[in-house]
Amino acid sequence: MTLVLLFIVAMITGFASVLDEAQFHRPVIACTMTGAVLGDMTTGIILGGTLEMMALGWMNVGAAMAPDAALASVVSTILVIVGHQSIGAGIALAVPLAAAGQVLTIFVRTITVFFQHMADKYAEAGNYHGIEMCHWLGLLLQGLRVAIPSVAIYMVAGTDTVNEALNSIPEVITRGLQVAGGFIVVVGYAMVINLMNAQKLMVYFFLGFLLAVFTDINLIGFGAIGAICAYFHIQTMQMNIDIEEAAKTGGGSGVEGDDIDDSELM
Amino acid sequence: MADKKVTEMADKKVTKDDLFWVFVRSNFLLGSFNFERMQAMGFCVAMIPILKRVYEGDELKKALRRHLEFFNTQPFVAAAIMGIIGAMEEKKANGADISEATLSGVKVGLIGPLAGVGDPIFWGTIRPVLAALGAGVALTGSLIGPFIFFIGFNIIRLATHWYGVQYGYTQGTALVENIGGNQMRFLTEGASVLGLLVMGALVAKWTSVNMPLVISEYTNSAGEHVVTTLQSILDSLMPSIVPLLMTFACMFLLKKGVNALTIIVGLFAIGIIGYAVGLMA
Repeated sequence: MTLVLLFIVAMITGFASVLDEAQFHRPVIACTMTGAVLGDMTTGIILGGTLEMMALGWMNVGAAMAPDAALASVVSTILVIVGHQSIGAGIALAVPLAAAGQVLTIFVRTITVFFQHMADKYAEAGNYHGIEMCHWLGLLLQGLRVAIPSVAIYMVAGTDTVNEALNSIPEVITRGLQVAGGFIVVVGYAMVINLMNAQKLMVYFFLGFLLAVFTDINLIGFGAIGAICAYFHIQTMQMNIDIEEAAKTGGGSGVEGDDIDDSELM
Repeated sequence: MADKKVTEMADKKVTKDDLFWVFVRSNFLLGSFNFERMQAMGFCVAMIPILKRVYEGDELKKALRRHLEFFNTQPFVAAAIMGIIGAMEEKKANGADISEATLSGVKVGLIGPLAGVGDPIFWGTIRPVLAALGAGVALTGSLIGPFIFFIGFNIIRLATHWYGVQYGYTQGTALVENIGGNQMRFLTEGASVLGLLVMGALVAKWTSVNMPLVISEYTNSAGEHVVTTLQSILDSLMPSIVPLLMTFACMFLLKKGVNALTIIVGLFAIGIIGYAVGLMA
């Protein structure tokens, strides 16, 4: 029964990892679901929260592909709960798993090129059901590429050989991984900051940093402060545009009702 | 094309139901992502409810083919493109002079600017902020954490899909002109301000670096044993300075094209070595 539920959950995370819509593949959701299936949801939630912080910047932008959060989340939760590993070890294991998952999804995305060409043939024939089928086949493979490894690892995770192998890791490694777990999240932050790529807005980053260092405001508070800053920033942008437009129109006529087209015609 | 056929098609009309199904299918845009044409099949599948409503026979075949061309953008904003193209296809089916080149021109012309808005807003701001919020609560073992993220993000996402399709369809090409306008710039920069402020707070709040390396140790005149560690010196200068510098180092390496997973492995190595030599704990 657990096996069937685990298979379903792993399929869902696999679908979500390519769709990137409902976010079932994000660690905080995927680990929670896996934990619930394995009978220890709380551990799943905590591991998910920790992994989520690390994976904050893992995103699909353009043609670039993120490390695979789906396989990393599901399998590391299995290893922590069924294999009796620490949360710290789970995080460390998640990294190679994310890389392995990325290789698997690249493989599937390459196979799907074949379905793409099948779809072309169906288009020639005007058979839209055929195109739909090709689309769903691609999605199905993405589910399986997470579900099959997950179920396989679940079946061996409780065995003595695997436990011995995991327990033979020396203490300096496991403790060191936990130490690194404290700051591994900066990679995610860096990815998010780079994506916004706004040098002149970095002043807001420093404002957030200083406020967090010297006050006790919680994250919801920071969200609210950020919203207020955004409001003032947009006001300033609008003012600058108004001034520019006024300068361009010679300061005299038609300040009201001017729109973007005017400035572009000038 | 025979005149008779044109008049026959004059009242081809996309229904509310069709738009609803485009909305549903827009949630699966990336399902068959592949390295050749990326989201092409997903886009075509999402358009099928409209295409099969307004076309039949050879026209349908042509329409299916032209929407199997390369497509790739941020998946939530893609819904607006589906709406716009839907409106154009409906007009074309009713005899309007819209060429295939115009259709693919609009499509290709929109994917760049819309991704430029969608990526920083959804991936750069809304998801990291909500995920950090949810993860922060999840660290305490509370189910509320995952729910904050899941429900919060999906409400915003589904609203974007729904209004994207509806607004795209009703506004049609008129919407294209808005996308380059100031409103979009305001939205993108405003989101970046919020995102960066929260990232700054996270660097300070959701990292922990402890360097208990002893710098000096002495007994003062009052007979108290005083231990100065590297961490206590750093804390008196600027708490959280180490994670801040690490963040900048990561940004630099990422810009140099170093793979994120490589950097993560590197940080794990720093953690293990730091612990082994007693610099970190």
